[in-house]
Amino acid sequence: MHSHPDLTSSVIQGLGAFYLVLFLMNAIYTYFSFKKGGHSKFLERLTGQEIPAAAMWALYSAFLLMIAVAHLTSTSSPNAFLFKLPEWVKYYVDVIVADPVSFSVLSVVLFALMILLREWWVKPVVAWILLNVSVIALGLSMTDWDFRQIVGKPDNVPIVAMLFIVGFFTWLYFRRAIENDKRIDEGRDVFEKEDNEKILVWPDLVYTELMCMVILTVILVAWGILLHAPLEEPGSAVKTPNPSKAPWYFLGLQEMLVYYDPWLAGVVFPSVILVGLMAIPYIDFNKGGNGYYSFKERWFAISTFLFGFLPLWVAMIILGTFLRGPNWNMFGPFEYWDVHKLEVLYNVNLSEYFWLYSPEWTPWVGAMPVAPPDASLPQQARIIFLREAPGFIAVIVYLAVLPPLMAMTLFRTYFLRMGFLRFMVFSNLLLMMLALPIKMVLRWAFNLKYIIAIPEWFINV
Amino acid sequence: MSVGDYIRESQIWKSIFRHPAPHDRRNRVVVMLTNFFLHLHPVSVKKQGIALSYTWCMGGITFFLFLVETITGVLLMFYYRPTLEWAFNDIRSLRDVTTLGIMREIHRWGAHAMVITVWLHMYRVFLTGSYKPPREFNWVVGVLLLVLTLLLSFTGYLLPWDQLAIWAITVGSNMARATPFLGSEGPGFQLLNVGGFDLITSASDARFLLLGARDVGESTLNRFYILHCVAIPLVVAGLIAIHFWRVRKDGGISQPL
Ligand code: HEM
Repeated sequence: MHSHPDLTSSVIQGLGAFYLVLFLMNAIYTYFSFKKGGHSKFLERLTGQEIPAAAMWALYSAFLLMIAVAHLTSTSSPNAFLFKLPEWVKYYVDVIVADPVSFSVLSVVLFALMILLREWWVKPVVAWILLNVSVIALGLSMTDWDFRQIVGKPDNVPIVAMLFIVGFFTWLYFRRAIENDKRIDEGRDVFEKEDNEKILVWPDLVYTELMCMVILTVILVAWGILLHAPLEEPGSAVKTPNPSKAPWYFLGLQEMLVYYDPWLAGVVFPSVILVGLMAIPYIDFNKGGNGYYSFKERWFAISTFLFGFLPLWVAMIILGTFLRGPNWNMFGPFEYWDVHKLEVLYNVNLSEYFWLYSPEWTPWVGAMPVAPPDASLPQQARIIFLREAPGFIAVIVYLAVLPPLMAMTLFRTYFLRMGFLRFMVFSNLLLMMLALPIKMVLRWAFNLKYIIAIPEWFINV
Repeated sequence: MSVGDYIRESQIWKSIFRHPAPHDRRNRVVVMLTNFFLHLHPVSVKKQGIALSYTWCMGGITFFLFLVETITGVLLMFYYRPTLEWAFNDIRSLRDVTTLGIMREIHRWGAHAMVITVWLHMYRVFLTGSYKPPREFNWVVGVLLLVLTLLLSFTGYLLPWDQLAIWAITVGSNMARATPFLGSEGPGFQLLNVGGFDLITSASDARFLLLGARDVGESTLNRFYILHCVAIPLVVAGLIAIHFWRVRKDGGISQPL
C-alpha cells in the first residue's frame, strides 16, 4: 500500500546501539548473578544437570553482543537485513490491538494477572526476563516504518519511557508490599520499621538530593541534545490536522469522548476525578498500611486505585497516542495511517431500542412520542421526558438505587464503618469510575449510543 | 596553603557561609539550622523515611523539575514574544540560530518529565498510605498541585504557535463549550436567559473566557502566556510552600506507627 522502507542503514545503526545497551545491562546482571551463585531449577529439571544461572545469562549476553555487532557492522543492503519483525507477527498484533474491544479486554486481563500472579512476577529473575522481552519487542518493532513514525515522534518518546518507568515502580511496590505482607502474617515488624534509627539530614539526605539533581541535570541535557523539541508548520486556523489530538496527558479524556459527550467526558468526569482524588483520605477509613508498603491490609483500596491509574488512565493514554489515527479510527502499531480507512458505525439510543424495537410481547409500549413542531416548552418537556424515561430510570437506578443495595450486600461492613454520607460519596465515586468501562461494553455489545438522548437540550448521557 | 583553603579562609567566603563544611555531629546539626536553604529540612530524620526505595524521591524530583522549568523558562522569556507575528519565528530561531537554544529542549522535556514524576509521586504516596491521618489535607494540596502542573503544561503547549500547538489547544478547549450552564453548547445554558436573550453565547461562555475570543487567536496567546509565565507559577510556588510546611508539621515523611 505504501512504499516506505522498513529498514534503512541509519535505523540499523541505531538498533545496533540499542542492543549494545541491552547487552551491557545483561552483562551487569550476569555479574550479579555470578556473585550470588545458584543454578536454574528450570534447567535442572530439563537437563538433569546443575547449570549455573550466571552461565545462561553470560550465554544470552554474548548472543546480544553478537546481534549488536551484526547491526553495527552491517554492510548488506537494508532490504536483505535479517533481524526484523516478520510480517505475520505484525499482522496478528495489528488485528488484536487495533480494536477497542480486544485492546481493553487485553489491558484488563493483564491487570488481573498482575494482581493474581504478583508473587510470581515480583521475583527479580522473572521481572528481568519480562523487561528483556519487552525491550527486545520494542527493538524489533522499530524495524517497522509505521511503528517508527508514531513511536519516534519526539513528544511520544517520554510516553514510551513512562511505560517502562511505571512498570518498574509498580514492580517495586509489589515487591515491597509482598515482603511486608509476609512479615505481618508471621507477626514480625514491617520492613520500614526495622533498622529505622534517626539519622542526620546532613550528610545522608543532602547528598542523596545532590546526586539526584546532578543525575537529572545530566539526563535533561543529554535528552535535549539528542532529541529536538518538535516544531511543526506555523499554526493555521484553516488547516485542520487529521487527527487533531490534545496534549498527550489529556488523551485519556479525549478517548472518553468516543463514549460520552463533551459535557460529561470533558467537564463533569474530569471534575469528578479531581473531587474523587481529594476525597480519598476522607473516605478511606482503613487505618492499616499507613507509612509502609502493603497489599493485603488494603487490597480493595489498592486494587481500585491501580485499576483507575493503569487500565483507565495509562492504557487510555497509550491507546489515544499510539493507536488513534485519522478520523479517530483505531490503527494497529504496524498499520499505515490511512485517511480513507472506513469504519461504519451505526449506534442506537436506548430510547430508540425501547420505542422502535420493542418486541411483540410488549404491545403496551406503543410508538415513540414525538413533540409536534409547534409545541410549547412544557409540552415539549413532557414528551421528551416520556421518550427518555427508560434512560432516566436506568441512570437513577444506577446512581441512587445501587448504592443502598451495595450497602446492604457486598459493602455491608464498609457502610457500617463509614456512615451514611461517606458511604454515599464513596459508592457514587466508585460507580462514576465504572461508568466508562460500562458504557464501553454497552457500546460494543449493543451499539448503544446514548442512554439518555436529548440533543434538543444538549443533554446526552 | 592551597587555593581552596585560601578561598575558604577569606572574609568574603566566611560572610556568605556562616559555617565550614561540617565534619562532626555538632556541626552537622548546626549547618542545617544556619543555612537558609537547608533549614527547609529538619536536622535529623528516620532512616527509612528518606530511603530512595521508599519515597522514590519523586516529590523532590518534581520540585527540582519545577525549579529547572522556572530557570529555563525565565531564560526563554528573554527571547520569546507572545504575538502572532513573532511567537513562531522566535521559537524557530531558538531552534536554528540562538546560542543556548537548547533551553527550549530542556524546558519542554522537563515539562513532560514533571507531569510523569508528579503522577509517580502521587502513586507512591497512595501506595504507602501516606494520605491517611494526619496527612489528609496535604494530599488535597497535592491534588491541587497535580491539576496546576497539568495546566502549566497545557498553557505552555500553545506558545510555540505551530500546528501542533494551536490544534491541541483547540481540541482541549472545545470541551469548555460543553460546560453545563456556562458553555454555549452545554446542557442548561438556555436557562440563563434574561427577557428572551441568552446570556451564554459563543461570545460570552466558558470557552470565551479561556480563549479571550471565539477561536484560538492572538488574545488566547496573550492569556495563555500570562497564565503560563506568571499566574500559575505563582500559585504553584505558594502551594508548594504550604505542601512542604505541612510535610514537616504532619510529622515528617510517613512512618509505620
Ligand atoms: C508540584 C507538585 C508536587 C511537589 C513539588 C511535591 C513535593 C513533595 C515532597 C518533596 C514531599 C516529601 C516526600 C517525598 O518526596 O515523597 C512530598 C510529600 C507529600 N506529597 Fe507531594 N508534591 C507534589 C504533588 C503532590 C501530589 C499530586 C500529591 C497527591 C495527590 C501529593 C501528596 C503528598 C503527600 C500526602 C505527602 C506526604 C507524604 C509522606 O509523608 O510520606 N503531592 N511532596
